[in-house]
Amino acid sequence: MPGSALSGLGQRPFGVYVHVPFCATRCGYCDFNTYTPGELGSSASPASWLDGLRAELDLAAAVLGSAPPADTVFVGGGTPSLLGADGLTSVLDAVRGAFGLAPGAEVTTESNPESTSPEFFAGIRAAGYTRVSLGMQSAAPHVLAVLDRVHTPGRPGAAAREARTAGFEHVNLDLIYGTPGETDDDLRASLAAVLEAGVDHVSAYSLIVEDGTALARRVRRGELPMTDDLVLADRYEIIDATLRAHGMHWYEVSNWASTVDARCRHNLGYWLGGDWWGAGPGAHSHVGGVRWWNVKHPAAYAKALAEGRSPAAARELLSPEDHALERVLLEIRLVDGLPVSALDPSALPEARAAVADGLLDAGALDAGRCVLTDRGRLLADAVVRRLT
Amino acid sequence: MSTFADTTFTAPEQIRNFCIIAHIDHGKSTLADRMLQITGVVQARDMRAQYLDRMDIERERGITIKAQNVRLPWTLDGAQHVLHMIDTPGHVDFTYEVSRALDACEGAILLVDAAQGIEAQTLANLYMALDRDLHIIPVLNKIDLPAADPEKYAAEIAHILGGEPEDVLRVSAKTGMGVSELLDEVVRQVPPPVGVADAPARAMIFDSVYDTYRGVVTYIRVVDGKITPRERIRMMSTGAVHELLEVGIISPEPKPSQGLGVGEVGYLITGVKDVRQSRVGDTVTSERKGATEALSGYREPQPMVYSGLYPVDGSDYPDLREALDKLQLNDAALTYEPETSAALGFGFRCGFLGLLHLEITRDRLEREFGLDLISTAPNVVYRVVLDDRGELTVTNPSDWPEGKVAEIFEPVTKCTIIAPSEYIGTIMELCQGKRGQLGGMDYLSEDRVELRYTMPLGEIIFDFFDSLKSRTRGYASLDYEESGEQASDLVKVDILLQGEPVDAFSAIVHKDAAYGYGTRMATRLRELIPRQQFEVPIQAAIGSRIIARETIRAMRKDVLAKCYGGDITRKRKLLEKQKEGKKRMKMVGRVEVPQEAFVAALSTDEPTGKDKKK
Repeated sequence: MPGSALSGLGQRPFGVYVHVPFCATRCGYCDFNTYTPGELGSSASPASWLDGLRAELDLAAAVLGSAPPADTVFVGGGTPSLLGADGLTSVLDAVRGAFGLAPGAEVTTESNPESTSPEFFAGIRAAGYTRVSLGMQSAAPHVLAVLDRVHTPGRPGAAAREARTAGFEHVNLDLIYGTPGETDDDLRASLAAVLEAGVDHVSAYSLIVEDGTALARRVRRGELPMTDDLVLADRYEIIDATLRAHGMHWYEVSNWASTVDARCRHNLGYWLGGDWWGAGPGAHSHVGGVRWWNVKHPAAYAKALAEGRSPAAARELLSPEDHALERVLLEIRLVDGLPVSALDPSALPEARAAVADGLLDAGALDAGRCVLTDRGRLLADAVVRRLT
Repeated sequence: MSTFADTTFTAPEQIRNFCIIAHIDHGKSTLADRMLQITGVVQARDMRAQYLDRMDIERERGITIKAQNVRLPWTLDGAQHVLHMIDTPGHVDFTYEVSRALDACEGAILLVDAAQGIEAQTLANLYMALDRDLHIIPVLNKIDLPAADPEKYAAEIAHILGGEPEDVLRVSAKTGMGVSELLDEVVRQVPPPVGVADAPARAMIFDSVYDTYRGVVTYIRVVDGKITPRERIRMMSTGAVHELLEVGIISPEPKPSQGLGVGEVGYLITGVKDVRQSRVGDTVTSERKGATEALSGYREPQPMVYSGLYPVDGSDYPDLREALDKLQLNDAALTYEPETSAALGFGFRCGFLGLLHLEITRDRLEREFGLDLISTAPNVVYRVVLDDRGELTVTNPSDWPEGKVAEIFEPVTKCTIIAPSEYIGTIMELCQGKRGQLGGMDYLSEDRVELRYTMPLGEIIFDFFDSLKSRTRGYASLDYEESGEQASDLVKVDILLQGEPVDAFSAIVHKDAAYGYGTRMATRLRELIPRQQFEVPIQAAIGSRIIARETIRAMRKDVLAKCYGGDITRKRKLLEKQKEGKKRMKMVGRVEVPQEAFVAALSTDEPTGKDKKK
């Protein structure tokens, strides 16, 4: 780790991401780094993973020297809830042991609705988790079937209510829209279910057909139609309008929250250039302009750490140009946008042209910030290409 | 190996000059190979299949582009004879070269596959040979094939030539069966050349090839007098005088000789570097006491089809120019001049003898010179008479006059189509759709028919070949030759993107086909051009009149949904790639059009060339 990377450590928000690479089954659309028991066999297990995780976090604390306590912790996957409340407690204990938690730290875990229960939520609440993110995806049974999701349509809302009963103030539901076979009305029904569950945060992602997934094969064979971009745009507008009408406002292109406090601080760290240590197989880290990522397979991960080696697979040092480009592409996605000063001066005419094209907000640009309009949000990548 | 034929100035009575007229896969090259072997000029172990076809593309496409000729010794009844076998180009675009090769002969072997019968182009070349009073020796080849039907096709040939089926020789070039007997018949039947030995020299150029080491090698047939080395010669069309560095014969490698006499066929080398200085059909004479009257039949090569060639990558333009320069050294018919397209950038307007000539040229540019090219829709040569009686020649839609035109003339062709009779209806329907006029129809045999059409060249070069082949399951063969011009109701259809005409997509078509062209291009472009941030109308127009319209709806979503810790590097690289891709876009007004869209939009209607060997 270059000294320059460590120099500002602690002045920027510091987060810890923990990757849980286990799922009960593989969903057809998913290309995340996750494995089913059948795929792993005896090569890796939650137990060997937890040993590795502890070792990596200790290594992290040593590498970072006087590491600051974590402002945010995010346990993602995979399916963290498969670890159960006890497993998740051990994970958080390990983080706490390595870095400590800052006062008021945000501690999130992702969960699949079908592997949660009131006892589970009570357990992780007691362990110190403050936020739960549930993978709902849709309320329409035929959409869940295309996505290979195994929960029943009513379960996510019930799980969200159980979480709130267990004391979680901050609960997120994830939606996927634009799945082949989904209609506008299906999406409206999903949104109604979200609103009924009374959560304070919603993430909504258009379905991405990733190369190498079962879904991509089905689309290629013509078994499933690709959803047209124009339909996806309509669906996004339905989501934004519905949530807005119920007091939930966008703060990032794919994220809505009912209050500023309900925004996910951990994710904001990604978008605002914060530092984070990503622990676990395939996890990505960023500290002071250095990015690196771990080996993906849980067996290779566990082996490296068992032998006292770093599990990192590769890293990159961001050049000033990389850094400038990343800043634009990340911050433009936020409701506050990015300061004009972050742009190369030669991009200013393009920024004004983007205002003329209705992609950037005129008043915000006058006030020195590039902020996407409603239409611009859907064309954010095109705006980034113009501004960089 | 050396033979008596290595010595030139053979008495004309001992010489026989002949060529082989055959459809492409009927075994002409195999027969030529076998003759080289049987006459002993090539040893069996040196035999390279298809010895005479030298270029890779020829071998791949199975067509002979450039003629070669070879001098063979043959003894019949104790008398030594010299046979000159003159190989003819095997494609429709090279009709003029074929006619020159035929003029160098007194006889022709009509070679027909005993399993397939005569094909359209063979028939066309046969008629050309008959017009020149060549003696025809009909031969059925591949009689060893199980599918051979020599009785049927001998009857067909006899019907065409007016002889008896028994007069048709039967050979197998592959096994050599009957080839010696065929050579005997060449000596017996083909008349010896006639010329005046002490007259001023006159020799006809029937081919001219650029060789990297030797410069231009010119193939000639001496008609009168003699050509000897170390004298100066004159090209009678231009009056240009050249030193004669070498005179020789081919058997089948070049062998320098003491000269060439009446009736003899060989090559000469003058040191010129460009085949334009040694033109097919021209007459060679000696500088001193030369002939005053040239042999008849010379004409300048006339491009019949034009197309714009553009490098996909604009920075390859100098390479394209250099490649065309090199190809032109060996291709007197290829013309080109720089042109600029608003849509495609810098390129060349190239003139070709026909569509296959175009395709071969583009193939060679891509393969031998490693260039990626876009070629615009092929265009014939139109003669436009304006209202003020002024006249102009249009080879490019961009030059189409804006103002009032009085009359437009387009080149027409006479087409011959031979096909199984079950396809008559299909072919007639196709030809009518292409503005063809039926000139006549003959049954060659019970189930094979020859149809004769007059058809605009512009229709043939569009997609006629492919349509004909696909509608007759590949059984139809086609030949055409130019046949003057006709007045036609033609219009230029422009394609507009967001109101901006895209020059590369403009086409000159018949009034009745304009709507079809317009809708087809508009529909295709709607699929090929990605959505932009604004709506893009695509219009087809004749002048200011819109005849078809499609719309590319505005892109409304261009954002990656997920962007978390692990996605950032990937997303940055994706953006960099997208920006790189944007640089390769062509801008038409504000519309970004990917290169691939131009390639795809311009290529679909063009025959691929793969299945129209003839």
